[in-house]
Amino acid sequence: MATQILMPALSPTMTEGTIARWLKKEGDAVSSGDLLAEIETDKATMELEAVDEGVLGKIIMAEGSEGVAVNTPIAVMLEDGEDASAADAVETSAPQQSAEPEPAAEPAQAAAPAAAPQPSANAPEPEYSGSTTTMTVREALRDAMAEEMRTDDMIFLMGEEVAEYQGAYKVSQGLLEEFGAKRVIDTPITEHGFTGVSVGAAFGGLKPIVEFMTFNFAMQAMDHLINSAAKTLYMSGGQMGCPVVFRGPNGAAAGVAAQHSQCFASWYAHVPGLRVLSPYSGEDAKGLLKSAIRDPNPVVFLEHEIMYGRSFEVPDDPDFTVPIGKAKVEREGTDVTITAFSIMVGVALEAAEKLAEEGISAEVINLRSLRPLDTETIANSIKKTNRCVSVEEGWPVAGMGSEIAAITMEHAFDYLDAPVTRVCGEDVPMPYAKNLEAAALPNVDKVVAAVKSVCYV
Amino acid sequence: MHMFSREKNFYGGHGIVAAQVPIGTGLGFSHKYKDDKGVCMTYFGDGAANQGQVYESFNMASLWKLPVVYVIENNRYGMGTSVARASSTQELYARGEGFGIPGERVDGMDVLAVKEAAARALEHARSGKGPYILGVLTYRYRGHSMSDPAKYRTREEVAQIRAEQDPIDRVRNLMIENGFATEDELKKVDGDVKKIVAEAADYSQQSPEPDMSELYTDILVES
Repeated sequence: MATQILMPALSPTMTEGTIARWLKKEGDAVSSGDLLAEIETDKATMELEAVDEGVLGKIIMAEGSEGVAVNTPIAVMLEDGEDASAADAVETSAPQQSAEPEPAAEPAQAAAPAAAPQPSANAPEPEYSGSTTTMTVREALRDAMAEEMRTDDMIFLMGEEVAEYQGAYKVSQGLLEEFGAKRVIDTPITEHGFTGVSVGAAFGGLKPIVEFMTFNFAMQAMDHLINSAAKTLYMSGGQMGCPVVFRGPNGAAAGVAAQHSQCFASWYAHVPGLRVLSPYSGEDAKGLLKSAIRDPNPVVFLEHEIMYGRSFEVPDDPDFTVPIGKAKVEREGTDVTITAFSIMVGVALEAAEKLAEEGISAEVINLRSLRPLDTETIANSIKKTNRCVSVEEGWPVAGMGSEIAAITMEHAFDYLDAPVTRVCGEDVPMPYAKNLEAAALPNVDKVVAAVKSVCYV
Repeated sequence: MHMFSREKNFYGGHGIVAAQVPIGTGLGFSHKYKDDKGVCMTYFGDGAANQGQVYESFNMASLWKLPVVYVIENNRYGMGTSVARASSTQELYARGEGFGIPGERVDGMDVLAVKEAAARALEHARSGKGPYILGVLTYRYRGHSMSDPAKYRTREEVAQIRAEQDPIDRVRNLMIENGFATEDELKKVDGDVKKIVAEAADYSQQSPEPDMSELYTDILVES
């Protein structure tokens, strides 16, 4: 059957080209791989190869034709044995020489604030009124995983030392015993590799929980976290979701120096396709981790080593979850809004106590979700207090505080009585020396000073 | 961990497991480039031996005949995970075979064996033949860190190796049996070493913490 040869797209950006030269004449036999023509684009002159064998029946676009749009028929190939009349019989649309190229894709929408859909913040989060147990954050995390693993066989845990060692920080203690080696897996020290493996497993229908001994080590797995986990649903038109939870300690422990102390919150919060959560309390740890495990999207779950041993009242109900995308007002106040996440929530609460002694009433918001950020709760608070201080362990440049400042301007500009102020880690690699390390991190005094500055006292 | 000394050609303890392997390979690259007959000794453990970047390094070192000696300190455990549980093949000295890198297994508890093997490796690398792998079998008496409960091996295992294979004891016995030194002379060596260690520890503990201005130094090279 005669077929048309169309003007090929020789690069992703090519829209049209010129037939510089035909290398075959009408009637020539053509083998697979033979060069048919030279095509000139604004970038280069490229050769067009024949895919199938046959006979060049008819040249539609003559040598020298300019502005030939991609996909325009330029010739007709005949099968062996067909004659020229078959070429005429092939449907040919009128030869197109575009006057203008295809209109470029609509320019991206003018940047709008956080595009991810926000859960309704109108309904206040229902208060939990069931029974609670005092337990450490590490136990709360363990219980969250165990409870979910009991309900769904497809959930499994992998990471370094999670099984026989009972967890490098004892978070997965007891899980190997309860669920066995098939579902609690010790990996070699190969983050790039096993992160990729977890994504493949997720595409295959499993629900991995990947533990990074710290998020510093996840840097070598970033390609899979971002390019494989975060983007594939989008690239596959919704076919390949990645229900993986990537969890582990983030931020500064104590005395572990530059390569083991980084806060990655803003790096991950930057990426569409991820959910990024960071618990503070035991209730956060359990409720958020359960939500993360149940969520069909890739979730980056930023824990904190120093918080693992702290005790809180944690709900017993196995169906208790903390919703993704909802911040929590940990302490109500009227003079200033302090936003924080993870261990810094504790620092903010301590600062609020100190400020209260001096007659300043601070409202403390525990962000819990970094992506999506609960813009509504933050904005509503600032509309009430008229001032905002954001606190984070990470570096200032392009950190979470930068985002808080941006959304505050977008949603509550008219309510501000002072600029948003950020308390961040110092803009240096984490020092090893104990005194320098302490100076490099936010603390209660720094938060108090920042609040006073926005209160102009 | 993060000690560095340009003066002593010591390019550091690096915090990310196996990251030092491409770095060491790069140092080898610089030696070849400058044609200065230098060799880089790159050390890593059995835990690091499965990292992809190790094999990327092996490939380049072999392809470009870089003067690098890869010393794999196989102490049988990567933190709490034995080599058997982490590695599909345990002959780590042979891990370079796929890249044409010769390797040998060395008894790391025998000082003289290590010395000889190292001489072979260095000669190979220095002569322009490219990288060499020493798979050194050794042991770790203590936990990986202070917080390691060490449930992954028995006390008996540790004790036995300490009693039968300790490298320093072996050297001591060798020297005494062959008349190279007397017990007293060796006791004095022990004493001297203890003194050096104590002085170093003292110096560390007595030294003042750095000045606050150090918080901001050495972030960038100022020009």
